[in-house]
Amino acid sequence: MKYLALIYAEDKANPHPGTPEFGKMMAGYQAASEKYQEDGVILGGEALQPVETATSIRIRNGKTELMDGPFAETKEQLGGFYLFECETLDDAIKYAKMIPTAEYGTVEVRPIQTYEFD
Amino acid sequence: MIRATPDAVHTAIEYTLRQDRGHLIAALVAATRDFELAEECLQDAIEVALKDWPKNGIPKSRRGWLLQVARRRAIDRIRRAKNLTEKAAQIAILEDTTPTDPHDIPDHRLRLIFTCCHPALAEKTRVALTLRTLGGLTTEEVARAFLDKPTAMGQRLSRARAKISKARIPFVIPDGPDLPARITSVLSVIYLVFNEGYAATEGDAQIRVDLCEEAIFLARMMLGFCPEDTEVAGLLALILLSHARRAARNATAQYVPLSEHNRSLWNKRLIGEGQEILQSALRKGQVGPYQLQASISALHCEAAHAQETDWAQIAALYRLLAQMNPSAVVHLNLAVALSYCEGPASALECLLELRGPLEDYQPYHAARADILMRVGQVGEARAAYEQALQLTQIESERVWLLERQKSLGTKKRGRARSSALSPTGR
Repeated sequence: MKYLALIYAEDKANPHPGTPEFGKMMAGYQAASEKYQEDGVILGGEALQPVETATSIRIRNGKTELMDGPFAETKEQLGGFYLFECETLDDAIKYAKMIPTAEYGTVEVRPIQTYEFD
Repeated sequence: MIRATPDAVHTAIEYTLRQDRGHLIAALVAATRDFELAEECLQDAIEVALKDWPKNGIPKSRRGWLLQVARRRAIDRIRRAKNLTEKAAQIAILEDTTPTDPHDIPDHRLRLIFTCCHPALAEKTRVALTLRTLGGLTTEEVARAFLDKPTAMGQRLSRARAKISKARIPFVIPDGPDLPARITSVLSVIYLVFNEGYAATEGDAQIRVDLCEEAIFLARMMLGFCPEDTEVAGLLALILLSHARRAARNATAQYVPLSEHNRSLWNKRLIGEGQEILQSALRKGQVGPYQLQASISALHCEAAHAQETDWAQIAALYRLLAQMNPSAVVHLNLAVALSYCEGPASALECLLELRGPLEDYQPYHAARADILMRVGQVGEARAAYEQALQLTQIESERVWLLERQKSLGTKKRGRARSSALSPTGR
């Protein structure tokens, strides 16, 4: 089963580059990524550009609406993701817990939909 | 076998499901690894039984019969599904694990409760799913326990089953560093199941007794799984000691507060068992909130009359509990205990601080009214009963509160003691 771990945090809660907290967080991400590689659970993962770069797309009655900004206007923004291959939700949660941003933000774990065709 | 009337078949199925639903679902989930499929196949088996039993008679092992039919249905449903290569393994497990003796159904209920109480589900959903799946309650009965609409509860339950299947919440007994938190989650669900049965004084009496007994069964099962866990023992003791007082609480149609219980109606066997479990847990020296609450309950059980209650010790236990679990409700209970061992005046001060968080909590106003009455502030006591009355939706509670409020009236009118003694002597 594939699981997507979505990493959300409030922008002002993210450590600033150059501070010791930022170094600690980056080291945490590196350690987590290495563990994922070692355990062979990682299929992909990226950090995203800031939320200002987001565009949301919606099609209603055949008409495309583009919106400047992320889907939901919440304080916590999507900042990055990992795609894991795990047996169960418990395993996916185990790996998601290693994401440093989970300590001040939120990590959402969603199973990936698979379609079965003949 | 002899034919059975449709009524007899209905009763037999209803009884079997109430007794064995959890056992059956656990066995089916263990075999299919699919919560939704297990539910559907049991439903199929029930429908087959409704047609078959009136013609061919009610089988001796109803549980075994239902399980066999549900398993065959599961195999059929899997075969019909696409992607047969992947499903072949699932069918192999199902065929392999079919017991030759229908009485010999392995018990997977422990795994099932850990799945139902998985922290990836909302707390209310955990309780509802446990009641439906392990408790054998119908969706309508679960809805009634929560004062929800059956359709809303049905949707909640099916969303939960879909999440368990689609997100692959595992059907395993957890181990490793997660175990303590997972046990805590199961205990709080069992506690809530018990509360559903214990707290309300209205609704279907039989369902409420069943809920309490289900909670006792689940707590015993957990204690069998982790006999060294003192909080599991504490919870079982707490439930046994509270359940032991049931007959006295429900002696009349009206709500009977602890101070007015006919204590000869208390179940001494349950009290003895609860005390024994509690003592052996306390000796291990790892005290926790459930053991403290059980200790308080045990002190109530030890008093032959309400006046003999050891309120000083109860207050000390509530103080400890408030340190571990600093909730306003615990502080309210502490204030009530203090009103008996240190006097109502100091308790009133404590109550003042709790007003904010407990403004909408009926027992707060009822307790305050009682304490106000004891210090002679009759007018304020009446107003406090009025607030309590506005917050209660349970008829028997309303009647009880009204009577308390009325008894104030006679005291006030008289002012002199003699008039209070003969309220009707006008």
